[in-house]
Amino acid sequence: MEAFEVIQPGPLTTIQDLGRYGYQQYGVPPSGALDDYAFRTSNLLVGNEEGAASLEITLFGCQLRVLQDTTVAVTGADLAAALNGSPIPGWETVPVRRGDVLSFPRLKSGCRAYLSVVGGINVPMVMGSRATYTKAGIGGLEGRALRKGDILRAAAARPVTGRARVPTAHLPAYDDQVELRVILGPQDDCFTEDGIHTFLQSDYTISIQADRMGYRLEGPRIPHRAKADIISDGIPLGAVQVPGDGRPIVLLADRQTTGGYTKIATVISVDIPDLAQTKPGDRVRFRQVSGDEAVTALREYERKIQTVKNSSA
Amino acid sequence: MIYDEPRFLTGGDRAIFVEFGDAIDPQINRRVRTLALVLQKEGIPGVIETVPTYRSLLVYFEPRQINARQLRETLYQLAQSPEEGELRKPRLIEIPTAYGGEYGPDLEFVAAHNSLSVPEVVRLHAGTPYLIYMIGFIPGFPYLGGMSSKVAAPRLATPRVKIPAGSVGIADRQTGIYPAESPGGWQLIGRTPLKLFDPGREPPALFQAGNYLRFTSITPEEFTRVQQAVTQGTYSVKETVME
Repeated sequence: MEAFEVIQPGPLTTIQDLGRYGYQQYGVPPSGALDDYAFRTSNLLVGNEEGAASLEITLFGCQLRVLQDTTVAVTGADLAAALNGSPIPGWETVPVRRGDVLSFPRLKSGCRAYLSVVGGINVPMVMGSRATYTKAGIGGLEGRALRKGDILRAAAARPVTGRARVPTAHLPAYDDQVELRVILGPQDDCFTEDGIHTFLQSDYTISIQADRMGYRLEGPRIPHRAKADIISDGIPLGAVQVPGDGRPIVLLADRQTTGGYTKIATVISVDIPDLAQTKPGDRVRFRQVSGDEAVTALREYERKIQTVKNSSA
Repeated sequence: MIYDEPRFLTGGDRAIFVEFGDAIDPQINRRVRTLALVLQKEGIPGVIETVPTYRSLLVYFEPRQINARQLRETLYQLAQSPEEGELRKPRLIEIPTAYGGEYGPDLEFVAAHNSLSVPEVVRLHAGTPYLIYMIGFIPGFPYLGGMSSKVAAPRLATPRVKIPAGSVGIADRQTGIYPAESPGGWQLIGRTPLKLFDPGREPPALFQAGNYLRFTSITPEEFTRVQQAVTQGTYSVKETVME
């Protein structure tokens, strides 16, 4: 059934899910929501499976007309979300009526908001996923970002009666200065000791070249021992690639599947959402952790999501 | 050369690299593909997907199902017995290609750069099987090995803004095919009407690592015919088993 009409798409609004797996061997990146935490919680709030297709709304300007009575949840960036012009709370269920207008007029904090609707957005599965990969025109709505006039359908589903919200203790605080924990490798041995030290001790600024593929950072150059090139290999999520110019690039969901530049470290998975909510001009700093610390952090992260699940519809 | 023992490299908390050697080499690449296949057969719980590349296999895993140490031990064991019999015989895929003219605007440059005639470049480039070492970078792009160094040519100083899908190019000592319209700096010598990537096809990529492809020179008339057949879905790709 028809759920929304796009009045204004904003700079980049796409349909995303948890990503497309099994196709990197053919050069297809996983794509999927950049902020896994906000994405999964917005689905859980409205009683969906945590991977149901939802909207990823980048920065402000998006406006949607509601086409049927249903329930939505908005999480992630604070875009001053409003219903018919009146502010609505984030991180909790919001009942909406046919004819209502949802708008995201201003950026208050973060970079990407997520909008989930009961039943999830209904678009065809492509290679096992509904995630949009705009560069190759795969998934989502015709493989592209939303446009004015698009109609979004939702799978028929039961309406939500109770209200649900993410407990205050589990709300992320988006800051313009973020610490990202990293595990060194796979090619940390290609950098001088000074290079590793520079990487871990400097502030880096998010450049304007920051998108779903990756974030290019500005700051002190990271010197290599010899070459910046390797025989091309795979690129994990969060890999920090350092090309010959010594400037790091953190690679995200729409990254190229393989590449020939050295990778000094990898941002741990639970810190990717924090990075996804930064925008050009914000600053990041990297801190080295062990694999065990990363797993402990992951267990804690999943416990938080479980709490949201238990307290939801 | 092939390492005595595979090297394990960390790719964060959800990925691990198994590296078999330090060169672009068919033997090393076979080890990579064999491990990918064995892993697929074993169906290890917690292994999400693998990405075979020239000399290493990237293994994505779910750390709540299998911890990195366990996985590394398992991968080590599986890599010890390189059962290359696991790999099926490679396929040779024919790539009909129109050389020169509007299809390959840089063919004459490549010929002049190497002091060859245009037909000599075509003869050296087509007719030889190229090993598909890996697919990557963008959907369906094959990394090929085996091009004659006699037709090597530098990249364009200024990349083109738009290159048609199917364009066949040369960059230094590599040759490749653009699966989709994109910007690029390779010297374009020809174009194939085949579709290298189709999201509606399973598998979506025309190529698989470990197979070979061979360019065959076709006329502009044949190009148009094949292109129509591809569009209508009536074209069957010519493929033979290599012994």
